[in-house]
Amino acid sequence: MTLLSFGIALVAFTVLGPVVGCLLTGIDRIISARMQGRVGPPLLQPYYDVVKLLAKEKRSLNGVQGYYLVIALLMAIVSGALFFAGGNLLLVVFLIGLSTLLFIVAAYSTRSPYAEIGAQREIIQVLAYEPMIILMSVFFFYATGSFNTSAVFELSLPLIVLIPLIFAGFLFVITIKLRKSPFDLSFSHHGHQELVKGITTEMSGGNLAIVEITHWYENVLFLGYAGLFFVWGGPLTLIVAVVVALAVYFLEIVIDNTYARVKWQPMLRWSWIVTLVCTLASMAIFTVLTVLSV
Amino acid sequence: MSAVSKSPWVLHYDASSCNGCDIEVLAALTPLYDVERFGIINTGNPKHADVFLITGSVNELQVPIIRQLYEQMLEPKVVVACGICACTGGVFKECYNTLGGVDVAIPVDVYAPGCAVRPETIIDAVVAGLGVLEEKSALLKKGELVSPEMPPLPSAADKMVQGERVSDTWKNNIAAAGEAPLASVAATSSTEEQ
Ligand code: SF4
Repeated sequence: MTLLSFGIALVAFTVLGPVVGCLLTGIDRIISARMQGRVGPPLLQPYYDVVKLLAKEKRSLNGVQGYYLVIALLMAIVSGALFFAGGNLLLVVFLIGLSTLLFIVAAYSTRSPYAEIGAQREIIQVLAYEPMIILMSVFFFYATGSFNTSAVFELSLPLIVLIPLIFAGFLFVITIKLRKSPFDLSFSHHGHQELVKGITTEMSGGNLAIVEITHWYENVLFLGYAGLFFVWGGPLTLIVAVVVALAVYFLEIVIDNTYARVKWQPMLRWSWIVTLVCTLASMAIFTVLTVLSV
Repeated sequence: MSAVSKSPWVLHYDASSCNGCDIEVLAALTPLYDVERFGIINTGNPKHADVFLITGSVNELQVPIIRQLYEQMLEPKVVVACGICACTGGVFKECYNTLGGVDVAIPVDVYAPGCAVRPETIIDAVVAGLGVLEEKSALLKKGELVSPEMPPLPSAADKMVQGERVSDTWKNNIAAAGEAPLASVAATSSTEEQ
């Protein structure tokens, strides 16, 4: 990855990321509504929501909150751009983790009890999915011999064939990352309330709009992770990756609409069990294959 | 129509409602009426809400709560009084513990009558409130939006806001009405028995 390609990716992702993210969210809301026997909002509803939030009066309990959220947004943009430019996957994972961290700090900065409960839940969610995501990068290195996402183009077989169990584990934790039920503990996009509004309780107006936009960028990035498993050989396989990413998103919507929320203990327990089983089994397979080939 | 009126998020507060109107508000939010078609979402958070739905008549205890919720909402915002109780006090109007409709506590923009208010009426009222939202947001953009005048605080609620205890207010009210406090009433009745 050269500086130039990163620059191009940065501009492209900054512009296209929210467009794709917004459309995905709009489609999500329409599909969810249809699953519940409703007509649902217009496709551009998430866009209207954000524009409305930006037009609202500016008020915040702690002025620094806005800065935290803007930096979280920038981190998400840089991390996504790095990913799509073919950069270091580990760095991508850490940058997006930093973005989430700033989001948590922003919630804590208001010292509101509701926001703090939301923030604590967010921390538990991070604890639940982060091991799997980091181990995913490690296995990515095992399979491709590089941490650069561009390395997938040099593979003769897609990652889904090389490390299928890692993809399964990733599928499990992405539900947490996309904030979908049953793991939407810290805040949910549905029209209901939980401990007021979880981690976003004290984020209003423009600040909430920034949270929403960050979420669009994040969604695109996480679906990119899913697509990564289906790219090999030439750039033409990117089509397969996009189709798979959309299929994963649809699967998440189905899960979202069919499962009730769980408590945090089962979430933590299950995501760690899945992480352990998937990574240990993959490691065993790797070892056996190495021994056999020797 | 700008984006402001395309995504009205509602907050629902139950004052002294008989719960008839509350059920209807919830009914309006079910898939049957599908208010998300208009971008309406029910939030539990005043800081996210644009439309404040209040059901039931208002008593003294609720005035400070309603005011606080109202003040936590960001401009532009709209208040909808749902049901005849919320509009005027309704059948509870003359009750000793009722102050009246929502407009004794905060300025109301849209009145949705009915006992109980029909879900269709609630949706109509919210859609009517969108006009007010539009106006307010235009004013806010120009920097000319002035917060509407609050109705004068009713005396007892006034005292509560100033930190006096509820029971004190109650005792004072009785004393002001020229009646003996409860303790001495009990004492008198026991003397009579003797
Ligand atoms: S208007 Fe009728 S249904 Fe509604 S709170 Fe009053 S008495 Fe109950």
